[in-house]
Amino acid sequence: MAYVPLADQDHEMEMHHPHSFVEKYVWSQDHKVIAIQYGGLAVFTGIVGLVLSLLFRMQLGFPDTASFIDPNFYYQAVTMHGMIMVVYLLTALFLGGFGNYMIPLMCGARDMVFPFLNMLSVWVFLLSVIILMASFFVSGGPTGGGWTLYPPQTNLAGTPGHDMGIVLMLVSLAVFIVAATMGGLNYVVTVLQYRCRGLTMMRLPLTVWGIFVATLLALFAFPALLVSAIMMLFDILLGTSFFMPAIIESGSPLDHNGGSPILFQHLFWFFGHPEVYIVALPAFGLVSDVLSVHARKNIFGYRMMVWAIIAIGGLSFIVWAHHMYVSGMHPYFGFFFATTTLIIAVPTALKVYNWILTLWEGDIRLNAPMYFAIGFIFTFIHGGITGLFLGNVVIDLPLSDSYFVVAHFHMVMGVSPVLVVFAAIYHWYPKITGRMFHEGMAKLHFWCTFLGTYAIYLPMHYLGFLGVPRRYYALGTTDFIPASAQDLNTTITIAALFVGASQLLFFINVFWSLRNGPKADPNPWGAASLEWQTPDTPPVHGNWGDSLPTVYRWAYDYSVPGAEQDFIPQNTPEEEGPTMNDDGMDKEA
Amino acid sequence: MSLFKNVTAKPWERKGVIGGLEPEGAFESPNEKVALSIFLVVASVVFSLFTVGYILRMELPDWRPLSEPTQLWFNTALLVLSSILFQWARNITKNDQEKNIRVAFFGAGAFAILFIVGQLITWDNLQNAGYFLTSNPANSFYYLMTGLHAIHLLGGLWVWSKSSIRLLSGGEPKDIKLSIELCTLYWHFLLIVWLVLFALLSNT
Repeated sequence: MAYVPLADQDHEMEMHHPHSFVEKYVWSQDHKVIAIQYGGLAVFTGIVGLVLSLLFRMQLGFPDTASFIDPNFYYQAVTMHGMIMVVYLLTALFLGGFGNYMIPLMCGARDMVFPFLNMLSVWVFLLSVIILMASFFVSGGPTGGGWTLYPPQTNLAGTPGHDMGIVLMLVSLAVFIVAATMGGLNYVVTVLQYRCRGLTMMRLPLTVWGIFVATLLALFAFPALLVSAIMMLFDILLGTSFFMPAIIESGSPLDHNGGSPILFQHLFWFFGHPEVYIVALPAFGLVSDVLSVHARKNIFGYRMMVWAIIAIGGLSFIVWAHHMYVSGMHPYFGFFFATTTLIIAVPTALKVYNWILTLWEGDIRLNAPMYFAIGFIFTFIHGGITGLFLGNVVIDLPLSDSYFVVAHFHMVMGVSPVLVVFAAIYHWYPKITGRMFHEGMAKLHFWCTFLGTYAIYLPMHYLGFLGVPRRYYALGTTDFIPASAQDLNTTITIAALFVGASQLLFFINVFWSLRNGPKADPNPWGAASLEWQTPDTPPVHGNWGDSLPTVYRWAYDYSVPGAEQDFIPQNTPEEEGPTMNDDGMDKEA
Repeated sequence: MSLFKNVTAKPWERKGVIGGLEPEGAFESPNEKVALSIFLVVASVVFSLFTVGYILRMELPDWRPLSEPTQLWFNTALLVLSSILFQWARNITKNDQEKNIRVAFFGAGAFAILFIVGQLITWDNLQNAGYFLTSNPANSFYYLMTGLHAIHLLGGLWVWSKSSIRLLSGGEPKDIKLSIELCTLYWHFLLIVWLVLFALLSNT
């Protein structure tokens, strides 16, 4: 029987060929256009989140200099910054952006399995962003209850945005979850069903593995956020008491009675902790590929890396209560979650060792993407090790409400994934745009970002040890915090403003190079994975021209002894590379 | 290739096309069915979390159990009938026959609509008897969970109505074979969810 790839059995694909500008770039069903729409919207939202962080850092560094930053605005900025960065920037960018772009190309498919659903996903995501942004313009402004949205505080009159702001936030999250589910079903089914001939699961690049498992986490963790959002909306709008206890507000009792705020915390963190890995796993995958390509070596311990991704994904569902040690829990309960938290460090540490061993004796090429990838190893180790401290109940209790925690999670899931985002954008920029970026400017961008973020977060650990509480609008005077803490805060703010401003280097580089960058080679880094082997650069609609590729090897054949080049593309037939016998030795040897 | 062989493979050792002429796909089922199955897991997570919330909230002192109306037994029978008719429709198209397909498929949807109407009547009766949404967390959960189940059913009915229109406007049963199969799977799932919910609500 003649071989017809699954993707080509789908005749509907032909009908989706775009004809007009609107079909091509607006109502597009092409995964690459959707990826850029998703990514662009996520980055735009992220810029809003970044500006908000600079504003509240102004208050901390230079108290009361900007008159419009009152306590209400401060809390609203902190809240929106947190939610935007975690959900609307990182989740959307990694899954919607990179997931959409990379999965079909790396799987050798023409598009996602359900292109229409994919298009719907990005438009529903836009709707959720519009609803979120609308909360800046309603009376009372956006919610200021902290990104964790804990009831009852979020819903009480003392909290800014307790009327419309929180409602819009919850509705926006629910809409986002719908978008993420539509996208997520697509990514999972595409990886499972649309791999080209010869591309077994264990031949997939780690990028696909990371995004695949992260998408499964998103599919199974977001429901917890949806459930808590629905129940909280019922409490706010219809007056039920799922989470709201009997409480007195401004001297008068509210209608609520007997609800459990702790129940909300459990539901929220049952989503919240996997969410960390929804952001981290795609970053792990992307950075593995960048490291391997620029070190001219196969990724060290590929199978271990895959299993570590799966193990981290599974374990991430049983560690959530380590975010709740201070809520008051049975000691055995805390013991359990401390144990699972430390166990999850094992596969994570394996991955770190493997990245370092990939670099070991590699033919390292210090291109701009590699700078960011190596930078990520540093920031991730720092953030990860403070995580081991905080995973223990006795250490967490005194540090939980201090800047130590802020420093920890920004290092591990703020700076680290963002460095990977930059590594990945620089790495795949030549394929996506067909142009090269300005190498020098990219490296300058790296040093500003890398050293700048260290200048922000390293001192923050120290502030935490001093006992400086987080979430405070103004420190006031206390016996235990020396006045010099304020100097440190000022320094941090200056560093933050510097890092914020230096991101302009990135945007200038990306947009300037679109027109003025030198034309890119189809495979400038000499990478072996499929996305670099497309007949056109940038890939056109349908990706693969007349026939889909066939895969003969894994994605990491770098510096293979006896091969002509120092890489062998996945779709190179076996005759052209040296063949191996069962012992993994060259047959000729 | 079996799953175990798959995850223990050493990809750096084996070159060449693995799997012969077959395209790489993990499942034989149509993509839509794979997607629906994954969605059903997602929906199960949603319902399970509500159930967990229900059980945890139940332990707090202000919980006053709701005595479920006996009409729910009648509604359950409607949903069972709906599921049976879908299964019948699926069996007909699976054997490439056409006889009675319209009776089975339209009947299945009609019973599902009747189920939702029945649920609404139960809501109305409860309201009239003074069991309001906010009067007790048990009531809140009752309205929330039955409502959520009904919304899922409405989503299924939307797909059902699209296929029904196709069938009415001269479409052949074989054109909607996949749609019938997916509806059947979805209805069985919602029947199981309902039975679990019903057991939970009436035993607590």
